[in-house]
Amino acid sequence: MHHTSPFGFREISHTADWELEVWAPDLESLLEHAVRGMYHLTHLELAPQPGLTRKLEIQFSEPETLLIDFLTELIYLTESEKIGFDGFNLQIQGDRLIAILSGSKIESLAKEIKAATYHNLEVREYKDGLVANIVFDV
Amino acid sequence: MVSLADLKKINRYEWEIPKSYRSDMRVPVRIFATRQLLEQIKGDKSLEQAVNAATLPGLVDRVVVMPDVHQGYGFPIGGVAATQLPHGIISPGAIGYDINCGVRLLGSQIEYEAVKNNLPGLADTLNRLCPSGVGKKGHLRLKIVELEKVCRTGSRWALNQGYATEADLRRTEEGGQLEGADPTRVSKRAKDRGRSQLGTLGAGNHFIEVGIVDQVFHPQAAQVMGLIEGNLTVMIHCGSRGFGHQICTDYVRDFQSAVNRYSIKLPDRELVCAPLDSPEGEAYLAAMRCAANYAFANRQVLAHYARMAFEEELAGKVSNWHLHQVYDIAHNMGKIESHKIGGRDVDVCVHRKGATRAFGPGFQELPEEYRQLGQPVLVPGSMGTASWVLVGTEESMMRSFGSTCHGAGRTMSRSKAKKSIWGEDLRKELQSKGIQIRAGSMAGLAEEAPQAYKDVDAVVETVQNAGIASKVARLRPVAVIKG
Repeated sequence: MHHTSPFGFREISHTADWELEVWAPDLESLLEHAVRGMYHLTHLELAPQPGLTRKLEIQFSEPETLLIDFLTELIYLTESEKIGFDGFNLQIQGDRLIAILSGSKIESLAKEIKAATYHNLEVREYKDGLVANIVFDV
Repeated sequence: MVSLADLKKINRYEWEIPKSYRSDMRVPVRIFATRQLLEQIKGDKSLEQAVNAATLPGLVDRVVVMPDVHQGYGFPIGGVAATQLPHGIISPGAIGYDINCGVRLLGSQIEYEAVKNNLPGLADTLNRLCPSGVGKKGHLRLKIVELEKVCRTGSRWALNQGYATEADLRRTEEGGQLEGADPTRVSKRAKDRGRSQLGTLGAGNHFIEVGIVDQVFHPQAAQVMGLIEGNLTVMIHCGSRGFGHQICTDYVRDFQSAVNRYSIKLPDRELVCAPLDSPEGEAYLAAMRCAANYAFANRQVLAHYARMAFEEELAGKVSNWHLHQVYDIAHNMGKIESHKIGGRDVDVCVHRKGATRAFGPGFQELPEEYRQLGQPVLVPGSMGTASWVLVGTEESMMRSFGSTCHGAGRTMSRSKAKKSIWGEDLRKELQSKGIQIRAGSMAGLAEEAPQAYKDVDAVVETVQNAGIASKVARLRPVAVIKG
């Protein structure tokens, strides 16, 4: 694995849907960059003002379920409240994620995601941290 | 990676991955494809996903793969699998997030030549009256109690609200109303998402297409369907919107632990499942039926808007601007059906994901006028290419659980399509071929370019030659509305 940055995402070729490879030094950062990657795929643009914050708490038993639950929550907020985030204060305390997200209303969104799937999902360790491949149904 | 050497050739249009290919397979995989289509299919992970699907508990006979198959998530798009009642499994991922994504075809007495100058206006009016696009809300805001009626009664709800006719319902799979839908099995979040999206097209590969009946292959069937060469048609492709997506999301999440409770081992977590007779399996089936009914009602309301658009644009310009229903059919669905397997009738849950039911002649489930012909099958193309009307055959009942293909099937990845096709260029190119395009997103349009799909004519030739459907008519697009 040759990533030039310690964290980030890239799109992987997929015939029908979207596949995203996300890597980061730790799980909190992996969650953040998975969201940033998802927003990138949908061409999501946030309105400059006014800002808003949202607190989420998610209980989890394994990183894969946490990753999908977190993305699912943000897909829901994108569709139902038309809000997105660019500030991520994420803390994992035992089996709980506490996320304080800051962002704003969505100004534009070009594409729709139906769901983040578990397809071949595995949060893997590598020498610089964690990596996961997420397939989105579109 | 499945190679050609792993496949057993049954005939020119049918291949098998034997059960011996992998030790965890419970049944073989049968692929309907020509050698040429098979080469394309091998370009992605479709066949590996079909092999994974063949490991699901309770499968009977075979997993079937259609010629338009392509890689999905977990279960391939273009796959069919049947599990035996009562202990076989049901898998939400093998039905898909867009539960009852499907196609409706409306026919008309309107000659294209008489209205071709009105097409730009017609495309604009359809685009205005039929809400489409990312996260687009519809004209309706349902109270929860009303949404629950939609869940239980589907197209019947639309009829009661004045959006449908009895003839529409008769010419819809299951009459547009699956029995056994239980809204108490649907989450509040799903209901919240569903309240404002009824009567919306959505985005992605969903569309409304105005076409012309280009060529008739089965005059008797075309006559019964009211499809006349040179006349306009309208095809509506969409599903259960955020309501269905949320139901599938909820149950895929719940089933992550259900598989442990039932000691089910799977090669891919997206294939999670539960026995049909388990509390989890029964709950999902009841919720899935709510989404299926929502999708039938959704396409019905959109058909109503399409009729309004035709009236607004063509009233007074032609003598009859009515759009009659040809048929409405699901291609992402789990259905309890009886099939002859090993010489005896077996009750099964048929999972069709990117595959269309294609019952042959004689079935009581079909409306009387279609009973001797076989069930209409609607195969949308890819904006610039043909769409097809087929009918199911006796052969499809024996070889593919009464199923056939659902479209052209993608062959190019979305990332490659984005890099190689510019949406605005594509719009102009289609426009120059006489196809009006109204699209909410040029980036989305590029991903859905005809070049990203297989040759739909080759797919249809394959299912016809394999005997699992028979051609009725070919349609040619003249206007496409996309989200």
